[in-house]
Formats: sequence, structure tokens, C-alpha cells
Amino acid sequence: MRSSSAFVRWRKGLNWRGAVAVASFILLWQLLVRFKVPGFETIPTLSDVFSTFWTKYMLSAKYWKAWAVSFERVGYGFVISQVLGIPIGLLLGTRQMFHDVMFSVIEILRPIPPLAWVPISILFWPTNEMSIVFITFIGAFFIIVINVHDGVRSIKKEHLWLARSLGASPWRIFQRIIIPSVIPSIAVGMTLGIAVTWNVVIAAEMIASDTGLGRLTWEGYVSNTPAVVILGMISIGLAGYLSTKLVDYAEKKMMPWRKA
Amino acid sequence: MALFDKIEVTPRDAATSAAIDGALSIRRVSKVYDPDGAGVVAVQDCSVEIAPGEFVAIVGPSGCGKSTLLNVLAGFDTLTAGEILLDGNPLASVSRPPQPGPDRVVVFQHGALFPWKTVLENIMYGPLRQKTMTNAAAEEKALDLLRRCGGLDTVASSYPAQLSSGMQRRVEIIRALMNEPKVLLLDEPFRAMDSVSKATMHRHLLEMYSLCRKTIVFITHDLEEAIYLADTVIVMTTRPGTVKKVLKISLPRPRLPQMMSSHEYLEIKRQVAEGVHEEAKKAFERGEREHA
Amino acid sequence: MRMLRNRKFWMMCAGNLGLFALWYGSVKWIPLESFRRMPDPVRVMTEWFNPNPVFGISIFVKTYYFHILYSTYRALVSFFLAVSLGVPLGILMGWNKKVREFASALLGLLQPVPPLAWVPLAILILPGEAAVIFVCFLVAFFATALNTYVGVKSIDPDYFRAAACLGASRKDVLFDVIIPGALPNIFTGLQIAMGAAWFSLAAGEMIAAQYGLGFLIMESYNLVQVPTIVIGMATLGLLGYFSSMFIRYVGGKLMRWREEAMGVKG
Repeated sequence: MRSSSAFVRWRKGLNWRGAVAVASFILLWQLLVRFKVPGFETIPTLSDVFSTFWTKYMLSAKYWKAWAVSFERVGYGFVISQVLGIPIGLLLGTRQMFHDVMFSVIEILRPIPPLAWVPISILFWPTNEMSIVFITFIGAFFIIVINVHDGVRSIKKEHLWLARSLGASPWRIFQRIIIPSVIPSIAVGMTLGIAVTWNVVIAAEMIASDTGLGRLTWEGYVSNTPAVVILGMISIGLAGYLSTKLVDYAEKKMMPWRKA
Repeated sequence: MALFDKIEVTPRDAATSAAIDGALSIRRVSKVYDPDGAGVVAVQDCSVEIAPGEFVAIVGPSGCGKSTLLNVLAGFDTLTAGEILLDGNPLASVSRPPQPGPDRVVVFQHGALFPWKTVLENIMYGPLRQKTMTNAAAEEKALDLLRRCGGLDTVASSYPAQLSSGMQRRVEIIRALMNEPKVLLLDEPFRAMDSVSKATMHRHLLEMYSLCRKTIVFITHDLEEAIYLADTVIVMTTRPGTVKKVLKISLPRPRLPQMMSSHEYLEIKRQVAEGVHEEAKKAFERGEREHA
Repeated sequence: MRMLRNRKFWMMCAGNLGLFALWYGSVKWIPLESFRRMPDPVRVMTEWFNPNPVFGISIFVKTYYFHILYSTYRALVSFFLAVSLGVPLGILMGWNKKVREFASALLGLLQPVPPLAWVPLAILILPGEAAVIFVCFLVAFFATALNTYVGVKSIDPDYFRAAACLGASRKDVLFDVIIPGALPNIFTGLQIAMGAAWFSLAAGEMIAAQYGLGFLIMESYNLVQVPTIVIGMATLGLLGYFSSMFIRYVGGKLMRWREEAMGVKG
């Protein structure tokens, strides 16, 4: 009984239409390039990209260094944005006074696209590294602040009343009710944040750095080797995917009650 | 409907369909859910005969398969054994996957008026989509029904969210009646209401019922409500759900609130309560076991 | 109530004035090289509203509007392209299982690649103008398609059942249940898409364009015209803010049934 049901579930998980879609995407790409359809003359095939990776990049220290550098930037920017953003979001949600003073300030700064901060950031921060981390931070900061703020605001009033009528101190209410209720919003903010962070790091590296995966991709363009451009894109995609999985894992740890 | 007319009627069925529309015959129906080989029996070997125009209430503890039965009747779900006939014509069987249709309209537990359509648009929806009425005729009939059901025509151009939940439920019943269904299926429609609005809703429902005698299948877990409203109360056992008791309610119509304290009413209630409480206790104990 | 609103208003002013004071104060009086290089707000404002700007960009100069128009044009074209492809795709994915299985695999394959990583490839294959628009389109497209799909999935199944009971055909269900039911999420998606379009527009223009506000910011950086950088940033922020406000307004008009319900209840 058990094993047959496991088999059924496995067959359901293996969605053949999805596999067909991906396979035909790759095949179409290969064919368009092979038959030199206009617009695709300069594009390498997937096999070209792999052979480039195999021959030039797999053993190149510079390539793996680029991975490490980009991950480091994303890591710093992301962690700093959470460490600063979560408390500010909580304050905005719980302290009316703080909310009145600060919220419009945040609303003014928020619509400025993170990458528009690049030049000012380079001018301000003493090292290039710091300016890239700063831009990355900006990318994830407002997202987490707004998500935490909305999370606090949508806590059920009944929960707070109940706690108060049971005689809980404000600190206790904060600890036992506000924090756990806000965790799902924090998780949403983190998921959105990590995606934006990669996006920002890649662009910032193209504009203002000489290391990292974004730069690797950009150099592919400058040296007119499209295979490197696509290799860069695939690497970035993989890196982004890995860090999303990492954040997902952290979120699961934060929310044990979501298991079922 | 045209689809059913083509089906040959066997002699035995011909006898039942001689009466007016809306005779439901549920014959040895079973429903087994088998998501991953676990085989949960929701309904087992359930047989009920419902006469045209009869008001039937199905009572049972939560999780006894009464909603499953309603879903099968409505055509939202398949059955795994048995068959259902409507006026002698097969409605659903193992070989005939059920299909929802305007001959048996459902009023939902949480309400399913389209929130993006006004009251009038909601009520006109059925006939317009089935193309059985012109726009003008549908509007006239809709306004007429609204007016006769407690003067609801004043809210015709409101959106559902602007109405109280009681009004929403009445509008939803009117939306169902617009289609001239043979059977009206009510899935615990007053579940979330306080006792005062419930009593008002009972009055409105009884009024509507006396206005157009449709067959009604009314699902509820509220015993008093079932006895007060219905001609027949069917008590279902807890999972696997099957018919435990069928009670004919002899209270005269029109039903009035004061009947709820009559000797007759209390006697029926005493009879049914035993069966229901027994089942509720079983269901509760099993729930505790399953979650332990 | 009025008092409260007044108090809120003054608090808001205090907050914003505080921001500018902090900016002004830190640039003027903190003796660090970093802060010295920053322009102070007074300098930015006098430049922005100067009939004869020192660095050539102010509200009295034609070129300023030229950049604004270019950026707006790109944002709008990519936004409308994304919406006209993303919304139907999202709806189809929610409506039809086959479409969902084909499309979700492809989207899943492409989505992990951050849109801005497409910039080099886009400028390699597409002519200049199209490259930036393509990248902005890509971001906005993912946002609209995904949110529309989520919107369709979040419709209460009872509405589908009710429609089936009332004799609706598959096509009726599409127009009477799926589209209106998904509309709130579609508009959330449009707002996100608009934000995302501006977000990547700035980056795309900095990397690969000849006009536009992103280009203006980058060029002012190269020419060390610091106040103009801030003018560019502020203008981008304003445009982004107003476009998302506009979408909220249109959404409110289209979803009158929601607004009126809220008006009564809240």
C-alpha cells in the first residue's frame, strides 16, 4: 500500500509537460543558433557555453573567486538590511509617535531605485566594496521594513486584548505575541529581499566593480565573447537559486508550526 | 432538461416520474476518498427517497459525510458506488460522472454571491447564461422575486458586501430560485449566524418554501432547526456516513415559532436527540484518538 | 479626529524636516572627507530651481524634460508590453492545467536569473533602445504573470461551483469569475511591475543608454556634477511614486465593488 502510493506521488511530481517545455526550449535555442536565424548569429549554443566552462573556467581560480565575492556582498548587504530593517519595522508598527515621524521619510526614500544610489554611494564610501554593500543593503532594506510594518499592523486586536487582560506586561506582549505574529511577514520580506539583493549586486558589479559574477558577465560583453555572457547568467541564476534555498531553509526553522 | 429527455425511462422509473418534478432517489450511494491508498469511506451505502416538493433535512455530526452527499447531489463530486435518480432519470452513477446544472442549485455554507456583481446582476446571472430569458424578462422576474421576498428590491443595485449576511443569504436563495430548479440544495446556510438572525432566516425560508414548493435538501448540524423546518429529518451516522434514522415530522404547516415549545415538537426532539448525541460522541472520541 | 489629523501632519513635517536637517548638518559640520564630497540639500535645491543652473540641469532647462520623457517612454512601453503578455499568461495558467505545466517549468527555469543579468546579452543582440526596454519588460512580465496566476488560484472554489450550478460555460467562467476574481491580485502585480520597471530602468540606463535619467545620473557622476546626481535620483523617485499612485487610482475605479464594501464596513 505505502510503496504504491509513494510511486503515485513520484509520478505526479514528475510533470512531463514541464520537462517537454524545458527540453524544447533548449532544442529551439540550439536550432535557432545552428541555422543562423537573424538575430541569433552571435549567440553561442548551450554546448558552446558548456565547453567554454569546461576548458577555461572550471579550474580557473578567478571564476570561483567571482562566486565568493558576489556571495560575500549579497551576504553582507542582506544581513545588514535585516538587522536594521526588522527593528525599524517593529518600531514603526508599535510606536505611533515613531510611525508619524518616520513613515513619510521612508515613503520619500523608498521609490528611489537602489541602483540610482550607485554614484552617490561611490562618492560617499571610502572603498568600492563598502559602496556596493551599501547599495545592496538599500535594495533589501525598504522591503523588509514595509513587510514587518504591515505585519505588525495586521496583528489581531483580540490577541493583544487577551494578553493585556491576562495581565501580560508590554515587554511580554512584544515577546510572546508581536514577534511570533510578525515572523511570517519577516519571511516574506526575506524571500523578496534576497531576490532583489542579487539583482542589485549584479548591476552594481557591472557599473562599479572589477570583481564578482556581474563583472564576469559584463567582461564577456566587453570582450565580445557571448559564451561567457551566458555562462555568467547561468552562474548568477544558480547562485540566486542557492541563496533562495538557504533563505527558505532559515524560514522553515523560524516557523516550526508551518510544517503541516 | 433536454439531455435527460433522450434517456429511455424504464417502467419502474416511469412510475416515480409520474409525479410532479423534483423526486430524488438516492440508491445505495457510497463515496470513498482514496488520495494515497488510505481509503477514507465518507459515505457508505446510503439510500434515501425524497418525494417531489418535500423539505428534507439531513442532520449529523461534523465530518459525517453529509456535505459529501450534497456535493455528489450537486454534481461537484463523483460517487464510487450506487446511483442517484432525479425524476426517474439517472443523475449520477459510477459510470456517469455527475455534472452540476441549474436543475439543482446549491446555496453555499459561506455564501457564494459574486462580490463583483450587484444583487440584481447576481440574480439575473443564471437565466442569462443559460439563455432561457431575455435581459428585460430576467430583470422583471428578478425584481418581482426580490419584492415578494420581504421587499429586497430596494437593495437591487447594491453590491453583496454592502448587505448583512442574512440578506446575502436570502439573495442567494432567490438567485437559486430564479432558475426554476427542481431541487434546492442548502449546505448549512445559516451556520455562522446568531440565534436571532437565524430565527428571522427560518421565517424567510419557510415563506419562500410556501411560495414555490421546490424539493429542498437542507444540510445542518442543528437538530432543532431541522425539526422546525423539515417534513423529513434524516439522521446520519458518523464516518462512514450512512442513514441511521428517518423521521417524518408531523407538525402542521405553516410552521410557527411557538411550535418549538409544543409537546409534539419536544417529543420528536427527544427521539432524534438520542441518535444524534450518540453519533456526535463517537465522532468526538474518534477525533481525539486520531489527533493523539 | 481633526486634531489627530493635524498632529499627524505636524509629526510628518517634523520627520521630513529632520531628515533634511540631518543631511544638511552632516554635510556642513562633520569633518570627514566622505561628507565633504556630498552636496547639501540647499545646494541641490538651488540648482534644481535655478534658471541658470551651474551644471546645466534644472526645471528651466529643456534637456531635463528630454531625459524625463525618455525614461517615462521606456518605462511605459515595457510596462504595457509586460501587462499585455503577463496578465493573459497568468490567467491562462490558472485556467488551464496544461498551460500551467508548460509555462511554470519555463518560468521556473528563467526566473532565478536576475533580470539585470540580462543586460549584457540584451545589448549584444538587440539594438540600443530595445535592450533597455527588453530588460525592464522582463522584470515587469514576471511580476504580472506570477501575481495574476496567484490571483486566479486564490479565488474561492465556491464561486466556480456556483457558476457551474447556474449554467455558466467555460468561457463564461473565465469572464465572470476568473477575471474579476483575480483583479485585486492583478493590480497588486501591476504595482509591483511598475516599481520593478523603474527599478531596472535606472540600472539599464546607467549601463546601456544614451538618454534618460539613469544616464543623466551616471554622466553627472563621470563629470563630477554632484548636485545633478541628486536631482536625477529625486526625479526618478517622484516618477516612480506617481506612477504607482496612478495604478492604485485606476484599480480603485475598476474595483468599485470592493471600495463600496469597504466604505460601508470600515
